[in-house]
Amino acid sequence: MTEHERRIRAEQRERFDFAVIAGWIPPGERVLDLGCGDGRLLRYLNETRDVAGYGVEIDHESILGCIRNGVDVVQMDIECGLSGFEDNSFDHVVISQALQTMHATERILSEMLRVAGEAVVSFPNFAYRTNRAAIAEGHMPVSEDLPYDWFDTPNVRFFTIFDFEDLCGRLGIEIRERLAFDEAGREVSDDPNLNGSLAFYRLGRRS
Amino acid sequence: MSTENSVGVVTPQRVRFDEPLRLKSGAELPAFELVFETYGMLNAEHSNAVLVCHALSGSHHVAGLHADDPESIGWWDNLVGPGKPLDTRKFFVVGVNNLGGCHGSTGPLSINPETGKRYGADFPMVTVEDWVAAQARLADHLGVDTWAAVIGGSLGGMQALAWSLRFPARIRHAMVIASAAKLTAQNIAFNEVARQAIISDPDFHGGHYAEHGVVPSRGLRLARMVGHITYLSDSQMAEKFGRQLRHGEHKFSYDVDFEIESYLRHQGNKFASFFDANTYLMMTKALDYFDPAYDYDGNLPAALARARASFFVASFSTDWRFAPPRSREIVFALLHNRLHVVYAEIDCDAGHDSFLLDDQHYHALLRAYLENIAV
Repeated sequence: MTEHERRIRAEQRERFDFAVIAGWIPPGERVLDLGCGDGRLLRYLNETRDVAGYGVEIDHESILGCIRNGVDVVQMDIECGLSGFEDNSFDHVVISQALQTMHATERILSEMLRVAGEAVVSFPNFAYRTNRAAIAEGHMPVSEDLPYDWFDTPNVRFFTIFDFEDLCGRLGIEIRERLAFDEAGREVSDDPNLNGSLAFYRLGRRS
Repeated sequence: MSTENSVGVVTPQRVRFDEPLRLKSGAELPAFELVFETYGMLNAEHSNAVLVCHALSGSHHVAGLHADDPESIGWWDNLVGPGKPLDTRKFFVVGVNNLGGCHGSTGPLSINPETGKRYGADFPMVTVEDWVAAQARLADHLGVDTWAAVIGGSLGGMQALAWSLRFPARIRHAMVIASAAKLTAQNIAFNEVARQAIISDPDFHGGHYAEHGVVPSRGLRLARMVGHITYLSDSQMAEKFGRQLRHGEHKFSYDVDFEIESYLRHQGNKFASFFDANTYLMMTKALDYFDPAYDYDGNLPAALARARASFFVASFSTDWRFAPPRSREIVFALLHNRLHVVYAEIDCDAGHDSFLLDDQHYHALLRAYLENIAV
């Protein structure tokens, strides 16, 4: 793949991720995006769903990106929780492929369902077929959804669809919907923990 | 000074308002004058005006220089000019010396028409809200119905916030930098030390020092010295001065031994040579009194419910006088009210004074935000 093709591919991929998330966000909602990067998901949600969104981000350059994208953003460290954000002050809180970069997994999930009625989470599934193959050959996986070498990855938590669903059970989190996709972006229904490279969840509090 | 992208030589202007101004304290000023400067051109739609509010020691002279003094560079010259973050090719920028100031606007140094003498201590106490009310008169005079933005650091940021509450429809963007919605007890405490330094100076004469032909410069010096310590960070002071000795050895005297002593004395002397003690006292009280939540049982979100502006809020990691948590309070109160807000917590070593520096990332944020403001 040329650099250009790689970029186009990444953009298509990103649009695809965004579209999956947007599918779960009714128009006009208030949305909080944790680890929002340069705010492009919020911008997309604003343009396509008329969403009133705020981002949370720790990285300085990303804050600059949010301003350039015209996205509201609060610079703070999510690892320290979401204190300051009021209970149920958002309709949806999203964490798009960022949960695996944070240490305080349980606290973040609990906090998400404190500030919003519903959470949308996406993450790379470590048990995906090609990842397993890499491990079987004795190497840490590098794939479409886990694109980093082990020595410079921002990821600090490596988990699978099974693991995540176990944790949700323990935290009293209700899984309302799950979608899994392979590396080509095809939805998979058969054994998603093996065939899904990227997982999306719609979560709520168990009543 | 680099003349590159400078607004060049500027001339202060003066305007008189003859309609009485009722102050928050209940006192009334029958008339007053404001000194101001402008940079750039007001566009045909009058939609590109930006008000720059000064802090404790600032003035109307924000950018450029005065013809009679090549050293007189404006206090926020690194921000304002053609091609600079607050770009005078796009914006019409206004700097104003606040009411009660000592740079030409009506204040303690002015002649009290009732007595024919300087006001001195008889000048009524003015607050942040009073400044905003006076600035609104200036806006009317300039034909500015709505500011594209009001921007300020520290006490200046309080004015930007106060604008969004007092005149919600007349400000589109509030840029509140290194500021707070209210001072902490510690912050008030520092102000009180500064005030007592001035008030206890034998030359203060209850604020009527002008009648005695003296200035409480020892008190002013001390006030500025203690202030200056709090505007810098521990790490920056250590880096800049450390334990460097003026004479290369311990002198076992109370003269300057350490370079930091020399620096503080210099800053104190410089300040005492031009700043009015009564103005300083009043400005610090304005800082202390500012608390928009005061009338709302301390509920800041309720106090900000009136605001309609979009906000840019920024704090600096090493600023312990107006620390990041003070800015976060504002941010979360804005979120409660569903207002647009960008909040940046900037890594900068220079403490509270960071807001005056041209830190690359800080200025990139300001530039990006200001570029997005439609005019």
